[in-house]
Amino acid sequence: MKKSIIEKVWDRHVVYQEENKPDLLYIDLHYIHEVTSPQAFEGLREKGRKVRRPEKTFATMDHNVPTVNRYQITDEIARKQLTALEKNCTEFSIPLADLDSPEQGIVHVIGPELGLTKPGMTIVCGDSHTSTHGAFGTIAFGIGTSEVEHVFATQTLWQTKPKTLKLEINGELGSGVTAKDVILYVISKYGINFGTGHIIEYCGNVIRNMSMEERMTVCNMSIEGGARAGLVSPDETTFSYLKGRKHVSTGVDFEKDTKEWSALASDEGAVYDTEIVIDGSEISPMVSWGTNPGMASPIDGNVPKAGNDEAGEKSLQRALDYMGLTAGMSISDIPVQHVFIGSCTNSRIEDLRQAAEFVKGNRVIDGVRALVVPGSQSVKKQAEEEGLDKIFTEAGFEWRESGCSMCLGMNPDVVPAGEHCASTSNRNFEGRQGTGARTHLVSPAMAAAAAIHGRFVDIRKAGGSTETAELAF
Amino acid sequence: MKPITVYKGKAAVLDRANVDTDQIIPKQFLKRIERTGFGEFLFYDWRFDEDGNEREDFELNQPQNKNAGILIAGENFGCGSSREHAPWSLQDYGFDIVIAPSFADIFQNNCLKNGMLPITLTKDKVSYLMNNAGNDQLTIDLREQTVIDNKGLSTSFDIHPYWKEMLLNGWDEISITLQYSPQIDEFEKSERPISTI
Repeated sequence: MKKSIIEKVWDRHVVYQEENKPDLLYIDLHYIHEVTSPQAFEGLREKGRKVRRPEKTFATMDHNVPTVNRYQITDEIARKQLTALEKNCTEFSIPLADLDSPEQGIVHVIGPELGLTKPGMTIVCGDSHTSTHGAFGTIAFGIGTSEVEHVFATQTLWQTKPKTLKLEINGELGSGVTAKDVILYVISKYGINFGTGHIIEYCGNVIRNMSMEERMTVCNMSIEGGARAGLVSPDETTFSYLKGRKHVSTGVDFEKDTKEWSALASDEGAVYDTEIVIDGSEISPMVSWGTNPGMASPIDGNVPKAGNDEAGEKSLQRALDYMGLTAGMSISDIPVQHVFIGSCTNSRIEDLRQAAEFVKGNRVIDGVRALVVPGSQSVKKQAEEEGLDKIFTEAGFEWRESGCSMCLGMNPDVVPAGEHCASTSNRNFEGRQGTGARTHLVSPAMAAAAAIHGRFVDIRKAGGSTETAELAF
Repeated sequence: MKPITVYKGKAAVLDRANVDTDQIIPKQFLKRIERTGFGEFLFYDWRFDEDGNEREDFELNQPQNKNAGILIAGENFGCGSSREHAPWSLQDYGFDIVIAPSFADIFQNNCLKNGMLPITLTKDKVSYLMNNAGNDQLTIDLREQTVIDNKGLSTSFDIHPYWKEMLLNGWDEISITLQYSPQIDEFEKSERPISTI
């Protein structure tokens, strides 16, 4: 039978199957962080249980950590959570990339970077953006804290096999259109729950031509379309990214592994529960205007005039009230006071290069505060070696230490109430970046351009830095 | 976990679609390392103004919606972040049952793991319940898989037999899974090299 990669990976991880029960699925890799793990460790202690496979578990500190003066954590409760993680990892022998480690960073940035994430794996983490790791041909999904505890104790989860959704993006992307725009376009077109109950397989020419970092951006936001997981069949791009990374095999073993990984790719003619085909050339640079990631328009578009139905109208009105926008206004008229380049969606080296290209030789406009938060210490180091930090700081950006930062504002990086932020993160929910904060999701290039202009501009009309500067006058 | 069999109680109505877990429990309350005590922060930014006073226009602050054990909400309830603090806060506030036309996957799982019952009904039935819930008592019978009101509505709902059994008995899932240790051992023995770090 022809099988998709989703079925191949799933089937080889089923430990136990019985009618009227979900499958007992083996978990190859469990990432943890400080926010969703403490109660799970406490649960183990209460029952006298152990972590079954600590070596299949990897911890880091990312959600809470300050991005300046990171050792001076003034928030007492946040500090307690970080200390708890340290203590728990020691007690249960779990490897931890703490604040002193050169490997520290956002869990979904460092996992791939270290070569921990590998094709064919099942991966979980108490974080919904675990879908990021699907870029490597893994089944990777977010779980709650009870499930974290369950994986600690058993290295398995009871899971009902999700439906499969093939999302094919063909054609060519226009210039200035990035992976972020692709996924924002998909969600704005099909809604924030089109993927509920499904695992998405992204395929087609546009996905094939993407780098691993771009594929991660797409898979990362699968959850914003309702899908717990989204993945891409591994190919040469995957293998050359993995080659030479710390936890990846070498020499003959690597060749053997790549053979196995290649075999995971979906068979020609595999059958899916749902199929969607998109023409990549339809996609423009996107900007979210509302309070969920589906509420987004092309840069040359407008905020909608009216909802599709009564419920839609109500949601639209609520969103516009919160965002302080008027129905029908041009996207390019939305003012921007904050710019955040970072998060597990867009904080990797290619993202920073993309943004730096627009920043080079320009200044952050007066009245805008702009932040770059690299996804990991290793991304930060590489960017500094390439001189990107200078480009950003000379233009007036703040250059920070790695962490989740302003994506969810659990650390001191927050957007004040009523102010607009061009953000390369993944969620524009009410209050996400701070109580009353108004988030607009965009690509790194669009965020960089917004920092220079104080509003959203069509980067297609401003190819590189010189043109951007001209556009400013 | 407390078993659920038959539940009789009042329902509160939150007629909003796509209620995300950032609204259910805003991030500033995720720093606690306990599972308890989240109820007072439920829907915090919707419930309270800058000074910490209740906002009169928020549904759950209105008298007809107070002291309810069932929450009726719009579609795609619980979307977004995987934070289990969302069901913890709903349960701690007093909601053991949520009825909606659809739920986000992770949130639904998180409810079930905490002995909470998410019930999916058609949009029409949910809007009927929203319009009629008022001061009515609803009866939720998990064994029979029915929702009954005192105006004559009696409707059934689906639930996976696995979860039904877990909830009816209030079982601890990990204890059950540990009974499958021989199968897990066996699986690990046959592990392919591909599955290791």
